[in-house]
Amino acid sequence: MIHSSRRGRMLAAAALATLTLGVTAACGPDDDAKPAEGGSGAAAAEPVTITLQTFGGGKNFGYDEAVKTWNAAHPDIQVTYVNLTDRFEDTYLPQMLQWLESGSGAGDVIGMDEGGMGLMAARPQYFADLGQYGLESRKADFPEYKWNTGINKDGKLFALGTDIGGMAMCYRRDLFEKAGLPTDREEVSKLWPDWNAFMETGKKFAAKIKGVGFVDGANTVYNSVLSQETGKNGNVTYFDKDNNLIVDKNPGVKASFDYVQALSKAGLTAKLRSWTEEWNTAMQKGQFATMGCPSWMLGVISGTSGEGNAGKWDVAAVPGGSGNWGGSWLMVPAQSKHPKEAAEVLSYLTGKEGEVAAFKEGGNFPSNIQAQQDPAVADAKNAYFNDAPSGPIFSASVAKLAPVFFGEKHAQVKAAVEEVLVGADQGSIKWDEAWQRFVDEGVKAAD
Amino acid sequence: MSLHVDAGHVPSRAAPSRGRRHEHRNGPRRFLSWLDLRATPYMFVSPYFILFAIFGLFPLLFTLWVSLHKWQLAGEKTFIGLENYTKLLADEKFWNAVGNTVGIFLIATVPQLLIALLLANALNKKLRGRLFLRLGVLVPLITSVVAVAVVFTQLYGRDYGVVNWILSLFGVENVHWQNAKWSSWVAIATMVDWRWTGYNAIVYLAAMQTIPKDLYEAASIDGAGPRRQFWGITVPMLKPTIVFTVIVSTIGGFTLFAEPVMFGSGLMTGGTTGQFQTVAMFIVKKGFRDFEYGYAAAAAWVLFLLILLSALINFALVRGIGRSK
Repeated sequence: MIHSSRRGRMLAAAALATLTLGVTAACGPDDDAKPAEGGSGAAAAEPVTITLQTFGGGKNFGYDEAVKTWNAAHPDIQVTYVNLTDRFEDTYLPQMLQWLESGSGAGDVIGMDEGGMGLMAARPQYFADLGQYGLESRKADFPEYKWNTGINKDGKLFALGTDIGGMAMCYRRDLFEKAGLPTDREEVSKLWPDWNAFMETGKKFAAKIKGVGFVDGANTVYNSVLSQETGKNGNVTYFDKDNNLIVDKNPGVKASFDYVQALSKAGLTAKLRSWTEEWNTAMQKGQFATMGCPSWMLGVISGTSGEGNAGKWDVAAVPGGSGNWGGSWLMVPAQSKHPKEAAEVLSYLTGKEGEVAAFKEGGNFPSNIQAQQDPAVADAKNAYFNDAPSGPIFSASVAKLAPVFFGEKHAQVKAAVEEVLVGADQGSIKWDEAWQRFVDEGVKAAD
Repeated sequence: MSLHVDAGHVPSRAAPSRGRRHEHRNGPRRFLSWLDLRATPYMFVSPYFILFAIFGLFPLLFTLWVSLHKWQLAGEKTFIGLENYTKLLADEKFWNAVGNTVGIFLIATVPQLLIALLLANALNKKLRGRLFLRLGVLVPLITSVVAVAVVFTQLYGRDYGVVNWILSLFGVENVHWQNAKWSSWVAIATMVDWRWTGYNAIVYLAAMQTIPKDLYEAASIDGAGPRRQFWGITVPMLKPTIVFTVIVSTIGGFTLFAEPVMFGSGLMTGGTTGQFQTVAMFIVKKGFRDFEYGYAAAAAWVLFLLILLSALINFALVRGIGRSK
């Protein structure tokens, strides 16, 4: 009985999650029927209510202010903003898929993380064609990478970009100084124009300082190298554009794998996995000197390292100049009763005004190029990181970012092969066997 | 239940015997009284069975139905017969998960029940502060399983964990507990044991107190020492209780989930090569990470059968306790 209460706890948690989602689901249609409050009495027509569903902890998509502004200006189209859960992978995505399949429950505008984009692009039947509502005209607003990911397998535009991670290289000034390396961010960026130079710098660092990793682990470096290799190999990674698995055939994947292998074998990684206790502690204690940094990682570093380490971290350019980790999109499900109005709201939220507001509220770095150039973003400085000008650094990293095709099972294959990299780096898999295993795991995950 | 029905029989037989012909015309009323006598008991117990049918039986059968399909969430749903099962039985990752589950179960449960037995025996003696001690062994049970797993995962940390620090005093190099099968299994087994040993001890203690004192007195007079009394009287008398704890532990062990998930930083992969991925984690990964519901449903059914099988094996093994004596 008591053993089953262990299971019961998990069930209860699951039930609670379902219940929460169920309740919010129930709210969606209800709100549609109910006339929205706050609409001016003079408005003759019944206002249309657009439900906006997102995920994420803290400020999540950061749309409180943007929605308030919209609602004040548009009495005829009222937006209800619902953040469903802070868990994307195990709660939001499965729930959203169920709603899409059953034909009701999903909002009029929904947020989607990068990890779900491959899957959604392979299911065009569930989404409105945004081209129908004139949003093709927005192409110039976005970097190629962000725009292309919003095109589904039928070649239709179904999603527009919200935030983007970008990629920079965070480094510890105090450790660099100890190792006799420059500490100024301009000079540090010049140390590593490409990834080979980055490795050479690492070797110099390791020669001076023992027991401290040059990078935290395998994954961020791997992904940054891969995103640069993607551009050289026809903008594909694990799947070709016909959704065939090419993990073993794409030279870009092998090159990225080999680079991480060399880095790990040279002893330059601290053999850590992101989001573990060890990783947090190592960050606080300065057990690694650099870390691949998307814009949102700045908050993670300052939050984890604490006030005691303020000013020790700084931000330089990423080797090779481009990269990305994370970011989201907005889309309109085909089940929406007001797709035209939903598309208008979507366009506003992904427009300059919406993305600048989200940046101010939640620090979400805009993917919209005009928003990136807004002084609120472009002149933003991060005090914790010695007033590093984060805006220009991250804008630069995504400007030339190669677009990449996400296969239907991209997220699963990515997770499976990166697990092998972590294992090889940490020693549970021999490097000699790692490539074969990397391919095998990719094949299994795509099955 | 049977008592009520029998009690009702007597008057019902008695009444019609007097006026059977009358009752002939009174069909509906007779039917109602028959219903009252025969069906009421079933009605009283029905809430459980109705709830069970909705929340137990239906999911069970629906899972079976799903398992016969290639069933993707918001994707294709094609009937493929037993293909998921044949694929599953050839899936080395599944068998790896089964091996991990059985392995962790064995190294967690065997010592756990033995320690619980000895602990209960000790608590059954006259001790100072007996109540306090008896309650004390239950304390781990009221801590949340996730809290336990978080704390233990920190204790077993590679770089800054307390366990590695203690080992380093003896010159042992830092162990990366997640990296190898043996080390991850040991770490997870200690979490399970820390939480459940006290509970099993209390169950044993309760059973021990029902053993008649005169058995022990007689044994003392015959010259049996405490050890002989423990193995010759206590353990055989506890047999039904031991069977109970073994079966409950089997079910718990085979559905082990929260501890290994927390130990593997919340991932369903259970380590980089699946060193400690349990069957429950395998099912969640297939169903809710890869969205292959059909395949996950097949795995769930196989797990169900495995639990039944191992509970039966354990039952047979444990039934033999004390028989040789």
